[in-house]
Amino acid sequence: MATEPQSPVRAAISAEHLVRRFGGFTAVNDVTFRVEKGEIFGFLGPNGSGKTTVIKMLTGLLPLSGGSAHVEGLDVRTDSEAVRERIGYMSQNFSLYYDLTVEENLKFYGRIYSLEPARLKRRMEEIIQLNGLGPYLKRLAAQLSGGWKQRLALGCAMLHEPQLLFLDEPTAGIDPVARRQLWDLLFELSGHGITFFVTTHYMDEAERCSHVAYIYYGKLIADGTPDSLRQLPEVQPDGTRRVEFTAPEVTRALRLARGIPGIRSATIFGQSVHALVDENLSLDGLRRELAENGIAVDEIRPLAPSLEDVFVELTYKQESLLEAASD
Amino acid sequence: MTNVFRGCGAVFYKEVLHVRRDFATLFFSLIIPILQMTLLGYGIDTNIRQINTVVFNADGRRESRELIDRLKNSDTFHVMRHVQNDRDLNDMIVSGRARVGIKIPVDYSDRLLHQMSAQVLVLIDGSDSSVAGPAINVTTAIGLDESLRRVLPSGASFAVDMRPKLMFNPDSRSPNFFLPGLTAILLLNVTTFLTSFSIVREKERGTLEQLFVTPVRPMGLLLGKLLPYLGIGFFELSMILGFMRFVFRVPIHGNVLLLAFLSLPYLFVSLSLGILISSKANTQAEAMQLAFLTILPSVFFSGYIFPRETIPAVLYPISYFIPATYFINIARGIILRGAGLVHLWADGLALFVLGTVLLILAARRFHNKVIMA
Ligand SMILES: Nc1ncnc2c1ncn2[C@@H]1O[C@H](COP(=O)(O)OP(=O)(O)O)[C@@H](O)[C@H]1O
Ligand SMILES: [Mg+2]
Repeated sequence: MATEPQSPVRAAISAEHLVRRFGGFTAVNDVTFRVEKGEIFGFLGPNGSGKTTVIKMLTGLLPLSGGSAHVEGLDVRTDSEAVRERIGYMSQNFSLYYDLTVEENLKFYGRIYSLEPARLKRRMEEIIQLNGLGPYLKRLAAQLSGGWKQRLALGCAMLHEPQLLFLDEPTAGIDPVARRQLWDLLFELSGHGITFFVTTHYMDEAERCSHVAYIYYGKLIADGTPDSLRQLPEVQPDGTRRVEFTAPEVTRALRLARGIPGIRSATIFGQSVHALVDENLSLDGLRRELAENGIAVDEIRPLAPSLEDVFVELTYKQESLLEAASD
Repeated sequence: MTNVFRGCGAVFYKEVLHVRRDFATLFFSLIIPILQMTLLGYGIDTNIRQINTVVFNADGRRESRELIDRLKNSDTFHVMRHVQNDRDLNDMIVSGRARVGIKIPVDYSDRLLHQMSAQVLVLIDGSDSSVAGPAINVTTAIGLDESLRRVLPSGASFAVDMRPKLMFNPDSRSPNFFLPGLTAILLLNVTTFLTSFSIVREKERGTLEQLFVTPVRPMGLLLGKLLPYLGIGFFELSMILGFMRFVFRVPIHGNVLLLAFLSLPYLFVSLSLGILISSKANTQAEAMQLAFLTILPSVFFSGYIFPRETIPAVLYPISYFIPATYFINIARGIILRGAGLVHLWADGLALFVLGTVLLILAARRFHNKVIMA
């Protein structure tokens, strides 16, 4: 990749050294990434890390304080109008007109994009079909449940056949079934060649993305496919491996485990403990070690790092870097 | 395609749907002005009549009774009580039961008969200046008239005979004076509120931000929002005028179509004001406060209640920046005085200039504070 510089025209999004300041506060700090066409790009990070701010910069809602960004090959600073024609955006809180019906909401967005009547009719039919909105056409948007509001908002955002869709926390506050259905829909659309830029808190959603990036208080600290991130040396240092074990009284087990030499770090996941251990520590050896410390392990097995593990490790590393810098 | 009004049609369509769906708001915003109008039309009478008056007639003979009859017949005084001493006379006024006290001294008739000057004491409650003025004027006039009649030989005419004639509104009916001005205030009220609310609501919902990522241009958005409310404002105007004409029987001397035409720049000003408010306010409550803030000076400095001549000199220039000043002039001009475009074009032009300046200001603020926030 380093040998052949890719032209920004080819990428769906290419952001270089993005900076956004609010007064003296830097909300987005030198962020660089690329999103290729057709990807589902998952943009993760804790609350207040700058995810929404990055989206607003890429969609022309916020001017850049520094750096540059191209969306669909167009410079967002000089061509924001052309950018708007080509993208769809679904903001954090479903921005629908609650006092209009499903059909009226769709029609309004169709008119906004000046779709001529025949095309508007065709697109509305397609979207109603795809998003399953048929039974609700005459219902006021206010009366839809969270999941259906989300589908309607998505429908409104893609009426004009954008090649790139920005979805800011599309699954926040909707039920698990609706969440799963929305992702199925995203995959289906992605199959049609649409690029998605999705922010989320959910790790299982991140696992489904073809490309993920993690932003931590303005700094991008991870960027790659889920698999490539799992193999990062910071996440999986040489001479270590990950194991998972279940035990009664997990909290006590965790406390004791952390004191065992050979266990580098440990965290609780539900009813089990995930630990990063020295490679030469065998599973049986570990079981014995734990038993000596009074933990009767039910089950113990090797584990591939999850994306959550990845982000936890990278966050620790970032924090220690910051501490070192401030010392 | 760079059409600065892009999206205007779509926004207009949507806005009409909002208005239709939220019929209650529309209904109340149209009905409340009619209620206000009814209250003011029936409730306010600024012509002072029948002032409560107490009389202490120490004389009691024919001449003194004639004087009291003349006061009664003036329609300005209502003699509610006769008292027999100075203390009671004084008490009636101090307690506020009477506004005017008249004392005719014991020797009133005697002095008149002997061709001497007779004095009548008129006590006036100065705490209410609107009552005091007419009370002084009318008593002085009656005194003067009585004196002249006694001095002049009977049948002689006055050397100078002033004959004031009220050209317009000859009966001095209050509704005739108040309602045309009220039209300006009500119109301002409704249109400013409705536009600012419709924009602030979208801010609260987040739909405004959503619109800014679409190809809608700011001018298209603003125009699409203005036009439906311009229509409503126009409808409101016709309703108010109809009410004024047929319920309160205020005759319209001029051309109604001219009034409608000149109301366009006025509506344009109030709608722009609504946009300006919405660029500042983030919630509907804030918008409401700001709208009230703009309506107050329109009530006090436009000549609606107090004539502009009574505004202190330092504050007087303010009245030039208040759109209602011009529209009140237009409305009263056309309705009461039958004025035409020759008389009123300058007011129309002033409104148009004010509206344009406000819209530019509003659009700029909107761009800086709302879109690029
Ligand atoms: N308009 C603004 N003015 C000042 N600070 C802002 C503004 N918008 C966002 N921020 C700050 O920038 C940071 C990033 O916010 P945001 O992008 O909304 O985070 P996220 O979407 O990741 O939760 C936060 O600390 C937020 O308070
Ligand atoms: Mg956010």
